[in-house]
Amino acid sequence: MAPGLIGRKVGMTRIFTEDGMAQPVTLVKAGPCPVVAVKGVGTDGYNAVQVGYEDVKPSRLSKSVRGVFAKANVPVKRLLREFRLDDTGDLAVGQTLTVEQFSVDGYVDVTGRSVGKGFAGVMKRWGFAGGNASHGAHRVHRSGGSIGQNQSPGRVFKNKKMAGHMGDDTVTVQNLKIAAVDLENNLLVIKGSIPGSKGSVVLIRHAGKKT
Amino acid sequence: MNEMMKFEQAQTKTTPPVFRPGDTLRVHVKVEEGGRARVQIFEGVCIGRHNAGFRSTFTVRKVSFGEGVERVFPLHSPKLAKIERIRQGDVRRSKLYYLRDRTGKATRIKEKRDW
Repeated sequence: MAPGLIGRKVGMTRIFTEDGMAQPVTLVKAGPCPVVAVKGVGTDGYNAVQVGYEDVKPSRLSKSVRGVFAKANVPVKRLLREFRLDDTGDLAVGQTLTVEQFSVDGYVDVTGRSVGKGFAGVMKRWGFAGGNASHGAHRVHRSGGSIGQNQSPGRVFKNKKMAGHMGDDTVTVQNLKIAAVDLENNLLVIKGSIPGSKGSVVLIRHAGKKT
Repeated sequence: MNEMMKFEQAQTKTTPPVFRPGDTLRVHVKVEEGGRARVQIFEGVCIGRHNAGFRSTFTVRKVSFGEGVERVFPLHSPKLAKIERIRQGDVRRSKLYYLRDRTGKATRIKEKRDW
């Protein structure tokens, strides 16, 4: 089975389904990704393939990274990512992966880096209700309220939901349906939204929970 | 032109219907009921257009049995069989939301005339 692809989020738009309903979709420019290395249980302890994506001037990369591509005899790429697989099958170094491996109405899991929200309060970060807008509320409109009890337990429990940094996390959205595949432009049209801002790097894998 | 624009342009109607806010429209909507397709007509005043290329929409308002009804149609929806302009209105703003607060005679719109 083909491993998946590295891509960049193009943005969101809509398509109309056959029955005329508007369907929100995300466009992803994915591949072509050359296989740079194949890892096996015997040599590395696990099965995986390393693939590259996006052309780049060789001078932008360090000599050691260029060496990795030279060893595989493929042109240098900006990004190098690894996909774990149960079985690498007949995948070979130098082979190029494209969006061809995905089919319309197939399911994918998409991993990306979510949009950073900075230091966010509890209402935005955890969906707390906040305080009253009126009825004598004083400077507590968006506060989270009490964070614990009293002398016993005498401490704040671990993982207490509080204000802090939100977003800029690695997020995977599972079981997204593919609406269309454009081989010519290396475009994937995925139903629904995916993590990250426009232009951010995403990994597209075949859905692990759908057979 | 970026990938997004190309993708959207491929689906966009090449000759978009011509109408403006204030115009009275007759929108022919394809409706499917129990496997049978027919055309339903929604007639009212266009009170606004949301211009966003392929994602453009327009709002039509009518008063049905004394109750105001508004419908937002995607301009490029395949469900729209036809948009007829039955009257051109002469209005001075692009969004006629003030019509929502008016009833009866006050909702009249001047007809546009070419002198």
